[in-house]
Amino acid sequence: MDFQLTEERQMLQDTLRRFLSDRYTTTVRNEIIESDTGLSADIWSELAELGVIGALFSEDDGGFGGAGFDLTTVFEELGRAGVVEPILDTAILGGGLLVALGNDAQKALVEDIVGGGLHLAFAHGEPTSRYDLNRVETTAKQQGDQIVLNGRKAVVVNAEAAGQLIVSARESGAAGDESGISLFLVPADAAGVSMRGYPLLAGGRAAEIVLDEVKVGPDARLGAAGDAYPAILDVVARANVALSAEALGAMETATELTREYLMTRKQFGRPIGTFQALAHRFSDMLIELEQARSAVINAAGHLAEGATLRDRHIASTRNLIGRVGRLVAEESIQMHGGIAMTQEYELAHIAKRIVMTDHRFGDTDYHLERFIALSAA
Amino acid sequence: MDLAYTAEEQAFREEVRVFLDEKVSDELRAKARGEASLSKQDMEDWHATLNEKGWLAQNWPKKFGGAEWNAVQRHIFEEEAAMANAPRIIPFGLAMLAPVLQKFGSKEQQDHYLPRILSGEDWWCQGYSEPGAGSDLASLKTKAVRDGDHYVVNGQKTWTTLGQHANWIFCLVRTDSDVKQQEGISFLLIDMDTPGIEVRPIILLDGTHEVNEVFFDDVRVPVENLVGEENKGWTYAKYLLTHERTNIAGVGFSQAGLDTVKRMARAEMSGGRPLIENPHFMARVAQVEIDLMAMSTTNLRIVSQAAAGSAPGVEASMLKVKGTIIRQEINDLARRAAGPYAMPFASEAIEGDNDPIGPDYATAVSPHYFNNRKLSIFGGSNEIQRGIIAKVKMGG
Repeated sequence: MDFQLTEERQMLQDTLRRFLSDRYTTTVRNEIIESDTGLSADIWSELAELGVIGALFSEDDGGFGGAGFDLTTVFEELGRAGVVEPILDTAILGGGLLVALGNDAQKALVEDIVGGGLHLAFAHGEPTSRYDLNRVETTAKQQGDQIVLNGRKAVVVNAEAAGQLIVSARESGAAGDESGISLFLVPADAAGVSMRGYPLLAGGRAAEIVLDEVKVGPDARLGAAGDAYPAILDVVARANVALSAEALGAMETATELTREYLMTRKQFGRPIGTFQALAHRFSDMLIELEQARSAVINAAGHLAEGATLRDRHIASTRNLIGRVGRLVAEESIQMHGGIAMTQEYELAHIAKRIVMTDHRFGDTDYHLERFIALSAA
Repeated sequence: MDLAYTAEEQAFREEVRVFLDEKVSDELRAKARGEASLSKQDMEDWHATLNEKGWLAQNWPKKFGGAEWNAVQRHIFEEEAAMANAPRIIPFGLAMLAPVLQKFGSKEQQDHYLPRILSGEDWWCQGYSEPGAGSDLASLKTKAVRDGDHYVVNGQKTWTTLGQHANWIFCLVRTDSDVKQQEGISFLLIDMDTPGIEVRPIILLDGTHEVNEVFFDDVRVPVENLVGEENKGWTYAKYLLTHERTNIAGVGFSQAGLDTVKRMARAEMSGGRPLIENPHFMARVAQVEIDLMAMSTTNLRIVSQAAAGSAPGVEASMLKVKGTIIRQEINDLARRAAGPYAMPFASEAIEGDNDPIGPDYATAVSPHYFNNRKLSIFGGSNEIQRGIIAKVKMGG
């Protein structure tokens, strides 16, 4: 048994932590959040240069990492700094789907992703699909030698920056069927694609997308027709590991900010952290934080296992992270008092990142139900 | 024991309901629900509507132009107003300053300020908290030094709610630094147009401008703006706190919030079924509803004691703690119910210039969830309330 990071991962962690603490200050980050694009092109290319994106792909796929602990190493650091740049969307989801299903020409795009030159977005969720990955109502119909896409996609993160969208659509079956779902690479500026972009509460941007008679060639399809669902599950599993690690990193920052505040803020003539009522609650946060750290290790360590075992661990991790995340976010704000309610204070953004994790790929309850179902199987 | 309202109380509830039904427009309801923001004009108009009916100054004695409702009547109105999504009454002048003026103010102060609160001519804000004086309010440092017919005020107040709209501020200031903290505080009324006052916005984590910092730099305040006696301000502030505490449990807000959560759960689909059929989500809803049913009765027990003339003491602290826990839990349920549509931050949709991004009910759930973290922080944090309960009940 060895719970240490490998030397390479340790170096990656150190490099990334140093870079983000130098460059990704609260002020810089808040300016990025306020900007029209919601991300910084400079930060993006510097992250790519540091190898942060490459670390998320295996050597076979054009990177130098790609395992569960590579993901957690990167995303824990991104979470600590409250990074809003859409690495999850472009690399884990977009790049992951290309790697899983793409032909050689499609896989060739990974080089551009690793180099920082291409953004992707996974246009999968729909206005009424909530967290159900199989609920796809967007249709793909063969028309001569072309495929015509029609439907609506909801809360597509990073859609505006993406050069290409990976759009899920149904070629057969009914909404809710696991078979019959295909993925298509669609240029973001294709005729018939319209977007309504908007900022997200925890930073970054997303869009509602309408696909109206969007025509693509059969070479736009990723993998075999109607067979994309298992790959979607695989890639979402990776995304869930990354999200859990990101939330863990954010919780570390929330806890550290709270510790500092408890020791410096004085009321009634003494640091408020010396009041036992607060000290005990802070201790509970630390206990739960270690639970969260172990849960992330469990998920990352089982990412390469078979789907049932893997997903049971991931569901358990997301459920625990959801519960602990809420506790840490709310208790950190409460123990700070008013200052944590202000937009410019670091904790405000960090708390939003933690809580909003619960709204991507399933919330605490969704993962509890998944855990129950997978445990019964 | 009789849990029923009297016939008079029921008739009163019906009268309130009819009035609210007629006067609260759909637009106003949507704004009060948080789907768009209430403008200063909206708030002033709502005050005017209530004032016209004689229902604005609900707890004021009749001799000052109030409705002189008892605690049960006030409770009924608050419950109905919350359920109708009516805008809330801005409490600073009406519910906070006015009782202090009526009890401790001079005849001149009463005659001058009280009618202006009713007419809407003056908008008051509260100058209590300071950067170094939050939970420990008595440590406040803003200084008022007597200079002839004036006090000269220097210092800073913070968390001043809606101070951007106010033309007057009532302040706790230090007039004596050589005595025990609580004994050197005075209660001053300050015209916000006086030279030397600067109001700076504080933007909250949900992007709203609700609170402010107020800076005082050699601000000259006429001595006749002192309320009561010099150095007795802490007594008046404590009196104010006991009067601030109507509707402290926020039962009506919780009931309205729970209705919204159920409406959302009926509309949202999860795994091909309406969310309202999902046992895990609904177990959460049921748990809160069970807590709310009990707290609602606790609230009525205290309200009827108050109607019989006894002032709420430690019970108010209990209601504050339990009431805010329940309200925050309901905010959390609404956030969960919205699913992925809890993520957009649609400030333009909230400003009312645009269609909502997802379902209309999802627009404000996350901003509200974060904004209402304040409930357990302001007005004496829940930690302070727990301290009060323990101190009183343990007799320490």
